[in-house]
Amino acid sequence: MPVVLQEFEFLPYQRLQEYEEQCRKPGESGAAVTFVGSLRDMHEDFPVDAMTIECYPEMALQEIEKVCDAATKQWQVDDYLIMHRYGKVEPGDALVLVAVWSTHRSQAFDACRYIIHYLKHKAPFWKQEHHGEQSRWLQGNTDDKAVSECHG
Amino acid sequence: MSVTVKYFASLREHVGQAEQQCQVPECGCSASEVWAQLNASLELPSNILVAVNQDYASLDTRINDGDEIAFFPPVTGG
Repeated sequence: MPVVLQEFEFLPYQRLQEYEEQCRKPGESGAAVTFVGSLRDMHEDFPVDAMTIECYPEMALQEIEKVCDAATKQWQVDDYLIMHRYGKVEPGDALVLVAVWSTHRSQAFDACRYIIHYLKHKAPFWKQEHHGEQSRWLQGNTDDKAVSECHG
Repeated sequence: MSVTVKYFASLREHVGQAEQQCQVPECGCSASEVWAQLNASLELPSNILVAVNQDYASLDTRINDGDEIAFFPPVTGG
């Protein structure tokens, strides 16, 4: 059940395959749900050349682990793999990977959605978008109303 | 007492530094009092978040010797 903060580019589907091969027991889980968040080249009306992700690493790890602990108490989670980038990121790069294994799909879907929602709202990361000489800090996250309504 | 204060993201730029080691005269003062002592000329932003020893806290949280206090804007990860 690793949580990884990563300064350099990672290939989420390659990491997922490696994790499946090296750490997962074949046949143990009936469902795996994966969320991959990537950097877009346009945010509202701001063309994005690059992004800097700043983090408070010790607290970010703890907060993500707390969110995952809460998810495993609420749903039957066999395993999870969480990765989050920080540092300089380019459009198309993966920013976050949330993979959840469970016996059944509904548990895996719900736990994955819960983890990415609360990771976004609790883990101390901050995004700064760059375009040419311009830079701007993002002021807040988009909300996931479905999760907010279900879990407050 | 001695404390470590950290600032992140836009607040780090606003304050002009990432980290301060400092002496706070009185045990039991609040996080907001630490801010006021270190940043007398800067108003505390209304949306600021506070962590003490890597746990979310409030501006009223009492600070003890050796604590690490972090001030930062709303988070935007994921």
